[in-house]
Amino acid sequence: MAGAPVSWLPIAAVVVGCYALKLAGTLLPERLVRDQRVALMATLIPVALIASLIALQTITVGHGFRIDARLAGVGVAAVAVICRAPFIVVVLGAALTAAVIRAL
Amino acid sequence: MAPAADVRRRIIRDAVAVALAVAAYGVSFGAIAVNSGFSVPQASVLSAFAFTGASQFTLVGILGAGGTAASAVSVSLLLAARNSLYAVAVTPLMRWRGLRRLLGAHFTIDETTAMAVARPDPQEARLAFWATGFALWTLWNLSTLAGALAGSGLGNPEKWGLDVAFPAAFVALLAPQLRGRRAVATALAAVVVTLVLVPSMPYGVPVLAAAATVVPAALWRARR
Repeated sequence: MAGAPVSWLPIAAVVVGCYALKLAGTLLPERLVRDQRVALMATLIPVALIASLIALQTITVGHGFRIDARLAGVGVAAVAVICRAPFIVVVLGAALTAAVIRAL
Repeated sequence: MAPAADVRRRIIRDAVAVALAVAAYGVSFGAIAVNSGFSVPQASVLSAFAFTGASQFTLVGILGAGGTAASAVSVSLLLAARNSLYAVAVTPLMRWRGLRRLLGAHFTIDETTAMAVARPDPQEARLAFWATGFALWTLWNLSTLAGALAGSGLGNPEKWGLDVAFPAAFVALLAPQLRGRRAVATALAAVVVTLVLVPSMPYGVPVLAAAATVVPAALWRARR
């Protein structure tokens, strides 16, 4: 458990910032996205972000690396996705795998 | 012409299925937030009013690990910027004005966008967006609350594998986007850049760097 309670300030900043970002997107003119290069970036940046986050959450700890139950869980998720399992099976299968390995 | 009744039913059923699955890691978020020093109201406010999973987990993760508020907020907002891209993509489909735009913007996240753009027909797309939006918002908040309330009682969320729920869910979200060599190469490059920078860079910088590499990659040999 963390020590001091978390301040509301960063929470408020994230809430306001997230909504502003979403709303701004609804107001951008469509012709901005007609440029194929912009459209390509718009497609690929989320791919890069999500892949990066998955890597961070799976095998890193702070500034180091650690191979543990998380990798097994994410591996199970990947297999489940390849087998076209429903979303909930992917998530629960991964969590269960990690929990079981840690319990052993 | 409005979508046929059986198509409407299927869309709504799919929306609820996605919402139920997302609830699985909503519980994870609530529990992890509470175990990282957030109060139940704080976790609930994040889920209700930020309503974007990756940013929520990142904020909780960085602050929980003792990172600064500045780095936590900036990485969370950078991740949330992809919702702006989603909003640009769905706005022409949704054709919203006034209050609907204000509410629709709030609902614009990974799952609602994916559900909307998957439909060939604009009216089906709009139904998919709103159905997914409402179902997801409801279940995301209920599950966050449940996870937060159970959180301190659950002990360490890792015991239940809850920390893996989030990357697992994102594997499921990423997979449909890995169409074509460019997308796969982008994902691999992002992973490499991230892992190379983790030992030396402050928390959050590797993610930003991974996103930044897309710009030259997209501009190189891309047609105008």
